[in-house]
Amino acid sequence: MAFERDLNLEATELRLGLPGTQESRSNKRSLPDMNIVDDQGHRSGSSRVISNASDATKSEEETTPPSKTQVVGWPPIRSYRKNSLQAKKSEAEASGIYVKVSMDGAPYLRKIHLNIYNDYPELLKALEDMFKFKVGEYSESEGYNGSEFVPTYEDKDGDWMLVGDVPWEMFITSCKRLRVMKGSEARGLGCAV
Amino acid sequence: MRQDLTVQQMSEDDDRSPPLDLRCGAAPSINRARNCSGEAVSGSGSSTSSSIPASVPVTVTEYQSQYPDQVLEIVLENVLQFLTSRRDRNAASLVCKSWWRAEALTRSELFIGNCYAVSPDRARGRFRRVRSVVLKGKPRFADFNLMPPDWGAHFGPWVCVLANAYPWLEKVYLKRMSITDDDLALLAESFSGFKELTLVCCEGFGTCGLAFIASKCRQLRVLDLIETEVTDDEVDWISLFPEGETCLESLIFDCVDCAINFEALEKLVARSPFLRKLRLNRHVSIRQLYRLMVRAPQLTHLGTGKYGPSEVAQRQGDTEPDYIAAFAACKSLVCLSGFREITPDYLSAIYPVCANLTSLNFSYATITADQLKPVICNCHKLQIFWALDSICDEGLQAVAATCKELRELRVFPMNAQEDVEGPVSEVGLQAISEGCRKLQSILYFCQRMTNAAVIAMSSNCLELEVFRLCIMGRHRPDHATGEPMDEGFGAIVRNCRKLTRLAVSGLLTDRAFGYIGKYGKLIRTLSVAFAGDSDMGLKYVLEGCPKLQKLEIRDSPFGDAALRSGLHHYYNMRFLWMSSCRLTRQGCQEIAQAMPRLVVEVIRSDDEEETDNYVETLYMYRSLEGPRHDAPKFVTILR
Repeated sequence: MAFERDLNLEATELRLGLPGTQESRSNKRSLPDMNIVDDQGHRSGSSRVISNASDATKSEEETTPPSKTQVVGWPPIRSYRKNSLQAKKSEAEASGIYVKVSMDGAPYLRKIHLNIYNDYPELLKALEDMFKFKVGEYSESEGYNGSEFVPTYEDKDGDWMLVGDVPWEMFITSCKRLRVMKGSEARGLGCAV
Repeated sequence: MRQDLTVQQMSEDDDRSPPLDLRCGAAPSINRARNCSGEAVSGSGSSTSSSIPASVPVTVTEYQSQYPDQVLEIVLENVLQFLTSRRDRNAASLVCKSWWRAEALTRSELFIGNCYAVSPDRARGRFRRVRSVVLKGKPRFADFNLMPPDWGAHFGPWVCVLANAYPWLEKVYLKRMSITDDDLALLAESFSGFKELTLVCCEGFGTCGLAFIASKCRQLRVLDLIETEVTDDEVDWISLFPEGETCLESLIFDCVDCAINFEALEKLVARSPFLRKLRLNRHVSIRQLYRLMVRAPQLTHLGTGKYGPSEVAQRQGDTEPDYIAAFAACKSLVCLSGFREITPDYLSAIYPVCANLTSLNFSYATITADQLKPVICNCHKLQIFWALDSICDEGLQAVAATCKELRELRVFPMNAQEDVEGPVSEVGLQAISEGCRKLQSILYFCQRMTNAAVIAMSSNCLELEVFRLCIMGRHRPDHATGEPMDEGFGAIVRNCRKLTRLAVSGLLTDRAFGYIGKYGKLIRTLSVAFAGDSDMGLKYVLEGCPKLQKLEIRDSPFGDAALRSGLHHYYNMRFLWMSSCRLTRQGCQEIAQAMPRLVVEVIRSDDEEETDNYVETLYMYRSLEGPRHDAPKFVTILR
């Protein structure tokens, strides 16, 4: 739907699936050639999986996840422990213990310590080496216009931003995870309002 | 079957006992109950006869009667005082009536594994001189939101009876019970010699309740709150401990997530010379920790609060206290925990105590392998280690290299999701199995695993009693071969001859359950989730595991036929939990009708009527009391 494409909801969408999974609008199942995690061809973990009654061979209900847990009570961690960790996790990731980096099309997540980089050029170089891509010039007004791939990140508030939009110091304390998106999908991100 | 025994079937040898009034001059302070009024713990059959109240207690020197049975009973009671194991006591109580009586009078520790298996009155009726009570309520799966709130397990009815029956009660241990502030108030007022209160995974009360305990239990030695929810009533309970020297030996409140009056805590610690165990909550800063440690260098168990500098202190550039010296001064420290909101730099402060540590809990500390290594390489005596998977396989390798005395390992996930890349894997498990040969208990969360690593652990760690592996992705096969995880778990039950507790995960077929049934002869607790192909899986277990007491299953394709195959065994079990399986109401009903002493609860997740033919949750347990009267409306008890 053109309307949704213009708003670029997909770029700001919170996703749980393996990086690079294509989600067609009508069916949230992954492509069959992505990493299959069980032999039933049933990839658990896609976001907003609800009405897959035809596929489901299991009897449990998958409820709409308002949070990241999709199945009630699984994995079996007491909420007391989970809650203690939640606060810790965002703190840990914000303080740069590690952040996850995904890239559209690549099957594996990586983890990096933001603290070991001193500025954006170093970080971008590291990303380029890690994922074997080239990123274009960054400009405030145009973002990474012209690049095939665009580095983005999710901040403490859950918003997806362009890497480079905020000063470096603020970036390393607020960045929770990184995602290298296809250039076409990143349009509209981080545009100055 | 032991459960079929009633009092009448026991030996009749005490028919020659003298009438009650003649006994009055004989025995030392004994309350005589001529008939039993039911058996509290092991589930034997009961009669409904009442008990005849006590004779006048006198000392042995006034003994006049010459009845030989009298002597025997006195001797028996004196001997039984030394019998502490409840299983031994249960056995002794079945020998004959007089042994039953003697045992009932000398049992001072009452253990009730399911608060609904027996009523408070029945327990009180049999055991007259109890000093310590252990009471357990909800089943474990309730911890994971699989049971709606307000299901039950109320402490209220128990505390009322205990208050009347046992004025000398000293210890109460509650697990997964629902407790109110009023309950705690009654507890605090009723027992003048009350010494120990331990609450594990409980809820329903707040700091108000704690205030009652602190202020009224003047002999309190232990107040341990472990993974218990405590609401913040904004009551300064710490200030309410009695003035002057206290008897406190253990104060554990890390789960009480409320700000506390630190000055009061510091004074409390200063006037508690017997304090050995102290676990703080995250509202206590590291500077405050320092002050406490300086006052209590005799501590053996310490749980830190927030383990890192506050922003205020950093900005002010205050000189830091000498944390290393504080730790070094605690020469008796053997157990460390806490480390909330950790700043890893400060870990070096604990180096002086590492060599003596037997227990280290880093499960709230987000540290990496590199941050762990300098600590763990000194922990040669470590027996218990809990950590987050942020330490990665590499961190586990470091543990394996040093901690040769390790008995218990728990690795928790930082990221409790399913489809993420996990930092620990079969590599870590293999390393632990090779390095820690004395391992007895393991809980391991991971995203991927191989049969090979699990098999390695089964042959390297022959002392294993508890094996709990949680592969977080449901139905995940062996990462390397794509096969089910059957062979791995099969090897565990086959090789680990001491195994009593098992939790399985990953892709599992009925074959895995076949192995469990065939080899798991000592297993008492089994947890199953998202596993198995058919009814056969459950049948293998119910038919094969004679010691099975607690069976909890979720989201597995086991149905009514499988349920029926356990009829011969359910009276030997504490409970069976099955949620999101293939049970029908009809099938559950059949069980309820076949077994009158089983309470068969069908639990819905909310008020909606069951639309499905399948029962959402079945929770059934043996009980002497029949259906409970406090069941909420989302619970249906089948008859």
